Amino acid sequence: MTGTSHPDWLASLRRVARAKADAAGLPTRRDEAWKYTDVAALGVGSFLLAEQPRGAVPEVAPLGDTIRLLLVNGNLVAAPDEPLPAGVVVDRLDSGFSAGVVQAHLGQVIPADAKSLATLNSALFADGVVLRIGAGVKVDRPFEIVSFGQGGDEPVAFHPRCLVVVEEGGSATLIERHLGSGSYFSNSVVEIALADGASLHHYKQQDEAAHAVHVATTGVSLAGGARYAGVLVQTGARLARHEVHAALGGQDASFGLDGAYLGAGQQHLDTTTFVNHVAPGGASRQVFKGVLDDQARGVYQGTVLVQRGAQKTDAHQLSKALLLSPHAEMDGKPELEIYADDVKCGHGCTVGDIDETALFYLRARGIDEATARHLLIEAFLAEVLDQIEVEPVRQAFAAVLGERLEGAHATRRSDDHRQG
Amino acid sequence: MSDGMEQVRSLTDQKYKYGFVTDIEADVAPKGLNEDIIRFISAKKGEPEWLLEWRLKAYKLWLGEIEPNWAKLHHPPIDYQDAYYYSAPKKKDGPKSLDEVDPKLLETYEKLGVPLHERAALAGVAVDAVFDSVSVATTYKGKLEEMGIIFTSMSEAVKKHPDLVRKYLGSVVPYSDNYFATLNSAVFTDGSFVYVPPGVRCPMELSTYFRMNAEKTGQFERTLIIADKGSYVSYLEGCTAPMRDENQLHAAVVELVALDEAEIKYSTVQNWYPGDEQGRGGIYNFVTKRGACRGRASRISWTQVETGSAITWKYPSCILQGDDSVGEFYSVAITNNFQQADTGTKMIHIGRNTRSRIISKGISAGHADNTYRGLVRVLPKAHGARNHTQCDSLLIGDRCGAHTTPYIESRNSSARIEHEATTSKISEEQLFYARQRGLSEEEAVSLIVNGFCRDVLQHLPMEFAVEAQKLVAISLEGSVG
Repeated sequence: MTGTSHPDWLASLRRVARAKADAAGLPTRRDEAWKYTDVAALGVGSFLLAEQPRGAVPEVAPLGDTIRLLLVNGNLVAAPDEPLPAGVVVDRLDSGFSAGVVQAHLGQVIPADAKSLATLNSALFADGVVLRIGAGVKVDRPFEIVSFGQGGDEPVAFHPRCLVVVEEGGSATLIERHLGSGSYFSNSVVEIALADGASLHHYKQQDEAAHAVHVATTGVSLAGGARYAGVLVQTGARLARHEVHAALGGQDASFGLDGAYLGAGQQHLDTTTFVNHVAPGGASRQVFKGVLDDQARGVYQGTVLVQRGAQKTDAHQLSKALLLSPHAEMDGKPELEIYADDVKCGHGCTVGDIDETALFYLRARGIDEATARHLLIEAFLAEVLDQIEVEPVRQAFAAVLGERLEGAHATRRSDDHRQG
Repeated sequence: MSDGMEQVRSLTDQKYKYGFVTDIEADVAPKGLNEDIIRFISAKKGEPEWLLEWRLKAYKLWLGEIEPNWAKLHHPPIDYQDAYYYSAPKKKDGPKSLDEVDPKLLETYEKLGVPLHERAALAGVAVDAVFDSVSVATTYKGKLEEMGIIFTSMSEAVKKHPDLVRKYLGSVVPYSDNYFATLNSAVFTDGSFVYVPPGVRCPMELSTYFRMNAEKTGQFERTLIIADKGSYVSYLEGCTAPMRDENQLHAAVVELVALDEAEIKYSTVQNWYPGDEQGRGGIYNFVTKRGACRGRASRISWTQVETGSAITWKYPSCILQGDDSVGEFYSVAITNNFQQADTGTKMIHIGRNTRSRIISKGISAGHADNTYRGLVRVLPKAHGARNHTQCDSLLIGDRCGAHTTPYIESRNSSARIEHEATTSKISEEQLFYARQRGLSEEEAVSLIVNGFCRDVLQHLPMEFAVEAQKLVAISLEGSVG
């Protein structure tokens, strides 16, 4: 997609974003929001913008019976060719067919701040996709959007873009997967607008290639009584940051996000959330569980803002991290910013090793230490996976986590063996 | 509910009790800040060359720095040239004993409820009273001297114990530490100096009452407390200030050093003028307080009750260097009207098996903003480090804000860090329960708020605990939303 083919309003949105992003440059650790994550350090600033992919479309097995879209390096290469359920539209952002809806929402849910990498995405995305669920439409089959990164001889950069609009009383399930091979920088933006009483289940898997840099900005706007339930599983990428901006603008909206991440080697996994309670009666819940091995580093930054007038808000965030190796690191910054008095808000944050007494309990029952540790870690992460209501998705996410854990153990065992 | 609103109003209408000005001819340096002023301060105090050099180094660095803006505080820009940096009560050959102290000064303390001789005699408290910038009366010095404890003003310590001062001054908070500490290093006028020799347990609570007096005089105290091996000292700091319409800047530095198995307990009740109900005036309080647990199994504990000041910017911290050392931070911060507090602590775990505990209670009413900001950092060699943090906020009324910003950084897998925070209001049920048992609404609120703060207040020494409980009650009684 080239700039010239865009409708005027979109071209102008991109121009403004381009100017902002050019002026601001990439964020550095001097920016408070990027204090713990140095996205520029891996040279992504000099990666070339990916061109139209050539060659065969990569094979990615679907997660059950889903309505699939495949993006390669940010370009839409496979759209569903089957008839869609009534009241559902899947389209390109610039097609004109959904122009009204797109224009009303695009760029509205993500931060307009120039340092945000979402601004860079607005300036540079190739094919954007819009997914629209009509009023009162309840779609049972999950949508599955796969973003595949293909690094060539030189590392490339691309900016996948997706807009999801669920109209009054509609409901849907979205599976978002990030996979790939080689070395690349994926800077994804997903904007989700939920109208009154709309609901969305959103399962995201970040299992990018080992040398990839993944930055994702997800914006969620919730009108009255809207519900969002997200689960995020991060296992891939050399450096990854998942940033969520949720605004509970309507009364009695509900936002839930659970995350599990598993880092090993030199991985750097960052989860940053910003939940903005604007209207009264909102509920938000966040639970993040991380396991960090080797020299991996985990970051959790979460802000809950309760604005004046957002009375009866019930907001909770919890971050727990296990450090499995003496060189792993965890940095947490859970923040509460409260301007209303009749609220229940709390957060908890823990960092530590596996509970010695639990380990002792299992070992006393004849289970060897490696297996016992494995069991405890699986149990630790299970709380997050159990939030997934689509069985094939839960199984697939659990399988990837299990595989990685097993891999880490295999390395450890052979290390032990060498030392022994 | 409407009763509650009435009481909020009656509370906010309360005028600041300690607002009065004592008229004493001050020996004042010209207004403004430049190298000459610093030379003037240094000369006035008869300081050695190295200290003047140190001040000038700090001043030069400060000139190139900009005021930090990361805290959740809003205030008009501070004009550092529009203030006096030195003022001392006129000396008439220097007082030899309490009888010789300017009676007006003693009167001031009496108004504050600190009659020196009585308090000293009855409570067994040694008071190194700082009146504006120079210590004028020190009691119980003899008794302390017998035990080898040095408790004196910083100016005197520079003259009498230059080696100790030179060794430790700036060793915890270097002159380059932060904007306000750098300013303090350049212009500090006085403060307290305490040295407790090895194995000595200081038999009484050491206490200094700071009080700003001369108009437009910023206070730049510098306090240094050193607890040598196996010693113990408890230090109390309490403050009130006269009522003013113009903001007064206060940028103190407190440094604590605890060597092997030594313990320092530092308690503060800060009740400076908070500004009026429209948010006019009040003290700007930018303080750097830090303790170094340098020795093995040393212990530093900060307890603070912050009810005053228009702006509080304060993070009493512990550097846990020695193995098995312990750092503690207990804080109650109450903001009302347009007060803003951004306060918390830093616990830096360096040594093995270091432990830290943080309990912070923030209470916000009126249009005030109250922020807990804290850092717990565990470095790679801090095996077995342990931290527990509990931050609770209470909001009274729907125009105020309560915020929690903890930074948690762990680089050791054997360390355990736990952080918990809650935000709530006084529940109708609790109030109803208490009122049903015959308590007035004011008494009920005071009871509930004191209960909310109990975990912190119980760490204060007796002398302060009573005063603090009253302060908590006075600051907020009846203000139920």
